[in-house]
Amino acid sequence: MEQLPISHILVVSSALFFIGVYGFLARRNLITILMSIELILNSANINFIAFNKYLYPDKLDGVFFTMFIITIAAAEVSLGLAIIINLYRRFNTIDIEDTKTMKY
Amino acid sequence: MDSYGISSLLIIVLPMLSFILLALAGKSFAPKLSGLIGTCSILVTTVLAFYVAGGYFFEFGNVNGTYIRHIVFQFDWLHFTENLSIDLGIVLDPISVIMLVVITFISAMVHLYSLNYMHGEEYFERYYSYLSLFSFSMLGLVVSVNIFQMYMFWELVGASSFLLIGFYFTKPSAIAAAKKAFIVTRFADLGFLIGILMLSSGAQSLDFFTIIERLTTPGSSYLASFQGSFIGLSALSWTLLLVFIGGAGKSAMFPLHIWLPDAMEGPTPVSALIHAATMVVAGVFLVARLFPIFSISAPDALLIIGYIGAFTALFAAIIACTQTDIKRVLAYSTISQIAYMMFALGVAGWGADKAEGFTASMFHLFTHAFFKALLFLGAGAVIHAVGSNEMKQMGGLRKSLPITHITFLIACLAISSIPPFAGFFSKEAILSSAMKANPLIYFVGLFTGGLTAFYMFRLYFRIFWFKKPEADAHNHEKHTWAMNISLILLALGSLSVGFIPFGHFVSADGNSLELPIHLGSIILPVTIAILGIAAAYFYFAKESNKSEVAVAKFETVYGWAYRKFFIDEVYLFVTKRIIFNLIGRPIAWVDRTIVNGTINSTAWISVKASEIIKPIQSGRVQTYAIFFLGGALVLAAILILNFA
Repeated sequence: MEQLPISHILVVSSALFFIGVYGFLARRNLITILMSIELILNSANINFIAFNKYLYPDKLDGVFFTMFIITIAAAEVSLGLAIIINLYRRFNTIDIEDTKTMKY
Repeated sequence: MDSYGISSLLIIVLPMLSFILLALAGKSFAPKLSGLIGTCSILVTTVLAFYVAGGYFFEFGNVNGTYIRHIVFQFDWLHFTENLSIDLGIVLDPISVIMLVVITFISAMVHLYSLNYMHGEEYFERYYSYLSLFSFSMLGLVVSVNIFQMYMFWELVGASSFLLIGFYFTKPSAIAAAKKAFIVTRFADLGFLIGILMLSSGAQSLDFFTIIERLTTPGSSYLASFQGSFIGLSALSWTLLLVFIGGAGKSAMFPLHIWLPDAMEGPTPVSALIHAATMVVAGVFLVARLFPIFSISAPDALLIIGYIGAFTALFAAIIACTQTDIKRVLAYSTISQIAYMMFALGVAGWGADKAEGFTASMFHLFTHAFFKALLFLGAGAVIHAVGSNEMKQMGGLRKSLPITHITFLIACLAISSIPPFAGFFSKEAILSSAMKANPLIYFVGLFTGGLTAFYMFRLYFRIFWFKKPEADAHNHEKHTWAMNISLILLALGSLSVGFIPFGHFVSADGNSLELPIHLGSIILPVTIAILGIAAAYFYFAKESNKSEVAVAKFETVYGWAYRKFFIDEVYLFVTKRIIFNLIGRPIAWVDRTIVNGTINSTAWISVKASEIIKPIQSGRVQTYAIFFLGGALVLAAILILNFA
């Protein structure tokens, strides 16, 4: 079976990253923003796995990093959701436009 | 170090230890105990001082008929360079030993007296700790080996004087008097400090005896460094006059005398100790310490001191005749008597034939300490009994205060220089040395002597006679044993110390000297003094309106003298009108507009700048994220372009 070239995988992960960035910058719903962050993190995961597999097949460093990132992402999502719930209780909305009090 | 050395060290250390003990732990003692601690320590010090004085004058001080300088110990305290080092040490020479005796004895009497006088006073222990501090600093001052050591102790006595004048700190007038004394003497000490710096930079040393040696050798290179002159006086004379300004501030010479009468706000024993017998003669002591330089290298400066002294003596005596507060009369009398010592130094010179004035001055310092302390302590007893300082409240007290009456009379006779009391011998010596050197100063001194007798006996008659004693007058002195003892001891001193052959012990160059008493020269001053007493008797012995009639005749002059010749008003005018308005206000304007304006405008600029950049922090997370992303992209671009 012919191996997929690494560039394909990198294109996918870059696409995923910029979709995430776009979502982070453009969406107004906090939960969607949180999901966009997940996309960004997962694009990084794909990169790690790909480089590990293609460049250093006898090592497992990239895989370990991926495991770390998944763990941290899970923790981050739980924190993020907690913040969002608090915001909702306070402002009765989860639209980011309405949470502008975080300034001078 | 022999037993004398240890004793002289203890003389300094004991009062210091007692001060530290009373200042730190005095509050936890019973008031009586702290009084006893202070008194006992100074009594021991007095005994040691007599021991050291006996040893110095009769055993080790005299070498082949000359009293030499004996440095007990000296150590390098601050060493800057070879020439500039500040030493601490103890020197014994005739004048410092005499001062040790005077200070410790008067201080012991005052400590003892205060046990009664200050009894039941709040802050009793604090009073005694201040007294110990003062004794320590004054003793340290007179044994200084180094001009800077003296300056430090000089400031310490100033500080303790400030503390004691303001002892009744709930009284606004006491606070004002303390501040006045502090500011005036500090102002004078500025002159002293400049003088010290000029003197030491010229002589390349701070050590007293090195300075004296270098500046009295004719043609030395150090003397040559004082080249140049200003308004007819050489640079060295100006330097010494600056030093003298410090002495004039402490010794209340005209025109820096204004603080001393106000200093009477302090407790009366303090006035006796500090503002009559010891601290105020520090200026005389300073001039005496540097006397060889004055007399050999700058006789013109010494002459100026003589004239200032003579003027102050007369001026203060005239004011003393008109004051009605008994302590103020004594204060002006003190100024006048210290001025006697000053002009005695002023008319003295170097060499056997002219050195009499120096000895006379030290002799008067010695005797004056006894009778003036006695006068103040007697006045304190009167105030204690009457409860007022005003003459009008007094009269006819001879029955209720018999001991005070007799001792006060002795002191008055002594200060009026009636033979054979102590003041007679010393003032006689001063007048005879002035007669030889300067007729003008002699006549001023003679006339002032008459005034002295008049105002002292005015005080005496006004307090103890004037009115008929009350028939059922009860004795005020039954419960004041300590006061009585100190009065009697000081009266014995005022009776006897004149017979000490002072010239044998103290002279400018250490050689023995005979203070002559000629029958011809004593007739005139004694007659004048008796005339003064007679005048006082005529006006004040019995209740009458004779004095009011006399006052009415000379109303203008009397008014001027009563208002102290408006010196205080002149000072207020100069400070408030001229200095505050012409110097203070422009400086305040510069401070407020230019200095404050600069600071305020930087603050204003910061506020405005931050107003401008404030909107960047919008609180929108997504805006921040865009900036973040932009930054990351720029960094990435830089890295990629660099590596490509």
